[in-house]
Amino acid sequence: MSKTSRFFKWIWLVIILLFLYLPILVMMVQSFNSGKSISSWDGFTFHWYEELFSGRNKDIVSALQVTLSVAVIATVVSTVLGTLGAIGIHGMKKRPQAMMMTLTNLPNTMPDIVTGVSLMLLFIFMAGGESRGYVTMLLAHITFDTPYVILSVLPKLKQMNKHTYEAALDLGATPGYALRHVIIPECRQGIVTGAMLAFTLSIDDFTISYFTAGSKVQNLSMLIYSAARRHVDGTFYAVSTAMFLVLLILLLVVNRNTAEAD
Amino acid sequence: MSRFDVSLPWWAWVLMGLGLAAFVAMVAVSILRNRGMKRSLFASPYALWMILFTIVPLVIIVYYALTDSSGNFTWDNLRNFWDSNYIRRMSATSDAARARYAVRGMSNMDPLIYSLWMAFLCTVICLVLAYPTALFMADRKMKRASSLVILFVVPMWMNITLRTYAMRILLVDDGPLITFLRLVGFKDAQLMDTPAAVLIGMVYNFLPFMIFPIYTVLSKMDPALQEAASDLGANPGRSLIKVTMPLSIPGVVSGITMVFMPAVTTFTLNVMLGGSKRLMLGNLIEQTFTKQSNWNMGSAMSLVMMVLILISLTILRKADPNNEGGGL
Repeated sequence: MSKTSRFFKWIWLVIILLFLYLPILVMMVQSFNSGKSISSWDGFTFHWYEELFSGRNKDIVSALQVTLSVAVIATVVSTVLGTLGAIGIHGMKKRPQAMMMTLTNLPNTMPDIVTGVSLMLLFIFMAGGESRGYVTMLLAHITFDTPYVILSVLPKLKQMNKHTYEAALDLGATPGYALRHVIIPECRQGIVTGAMLAFTLSIDDFTISYFTAGSKVQNLSMLIYSAARRHVDGTFYAVSTAMFLVLLILLLVVNRNTAEAD
Repeated sequence: MSRFDVSLPWWAWVLMGLGLAAFVAMVAVSILRNRGMKRSLFASPYALWMILFTIVPLVIIVYYALTDSSGNFTWDNLRNFWDSNYIRRMSATSDAARARYAVRGMSNMDPLIYSLWMAFLCTVICLVLAYPTALFMADRKMKRASSLVILFVVPMWMNITLRTYAMRILLVDDGPLITFLRLVGFKDAQLMDTPAAVLIGMVYNFLPFMIFPIYTVLSKMDPALQEAASDLGANPGRSLIKVTMPLSIPGVVSGITMVFMPAVTTFTLNVMLGGSKRLMLGNLIEQTFTKQSNWNMGSAMSLVMMVLILISLTILRKADPNNEGGGL
């Protein structure tokens, strides 16, 4: 390959990368801009970050609390539910196993908006119009997180010997003991990956939260969404930048984990 | 709207209680019979959860789509989707009124067609941008290019509102891009609230979903194939068209799936970048539920969208039967 063609290929890659990252870079720069207008640079400042961490902006603080607490609880619940689910699915006979896998893949093929709307209908159907809020949003998050935990744990289970669990039972272990000392150590890596994936997805979600949280509770994505249509100050750029960095670190760690596992 | 605020009738709770009791009894009997837990029982909480929060909601959607506001069975919601004048025509009392609504009402079809068109454009642009990108990254002669993959993957998982918000900063009237365009002479340059802005946002958000599966397929390809092609006298262009491209079809197919689906169903992008000037299918569904509170019509629209997605998925799966592209 000639030098010039290699050069042009690199140029192309750099242009695409710029396209993907320039908006975020502009946003990061804006979070340090002391002026309120985005068209002019009025000097460097940490003011918006101070504003953010001082907690004066009640909307942002409560959105942050909602996002993080929902993510943590949903991760814990979906990891337990998903790990047990994967272990059970792995031990099933062919037909029920195929059925469970269809059930696991179903949410993936459904558009987010349909998932959100259908869960909204379910919650109102079961508990009335005023029921939507923190709890319903949490239930929705657990629902879309769990299949991802299943899909991260199952491959690990497939790598281990099918009969070790039965062998443990034959040797007198209780199911709980066999679970703790035989199965879970074997698929620890998959569980960790699944949990981190669940956490990321939960922080990341907008559409499903939007429909299931109602009007009383807001997570960060919903806050950013509602802020997009009105004029906002630099605190929003600061919180978005912080959120971007947190997600970036999470994703890099998840990616490293899956790469190691392979 | 008050109809939807009531809780479930008592018999529904009784039914659910009976179902739960039966489930618990089944598990208990199975434990007693096997004198220990069968492994498959570990999945029972998960199965129960998924049935309650995935299957039941779908059943509710179908139920609302096929009933009218007083709960009677009807096809009207679905007919109404393809012809928004249907109801008016049915309820017209005079011949004159019937004649006025004789034509097919397009107020729901327009957003559907607009969504499909925008998603199509977005998919084509993404493909054109992504294919060379994936090709160059997978190129073994491009040293260190493959280490860039992580940079192209990260945005796949990055919050859509956050990324769109960032894009918005770039596109707004007093933002850097428009300011620059106006400086160089395009006096009435404007992007915000135009279809172009929505399209840019779509490509920006979904491009990584096209790059990644194509890259995956290309990087797994045996380099000996290209060597063989060139040994047999093919020039690089010909070996690209005759060897590399046909073998990368599975990646392209799964890329198309992963771009087209979210592009058809999005409503966020159109609100944040297009100002909802022209409705897309996602906006229509969102507004039908939240603004008009018409659950029956909204459910019918969701059903149409779901069927649309399922059809496209089936067609695309045919082209990539072994799921080599690794999408979805």
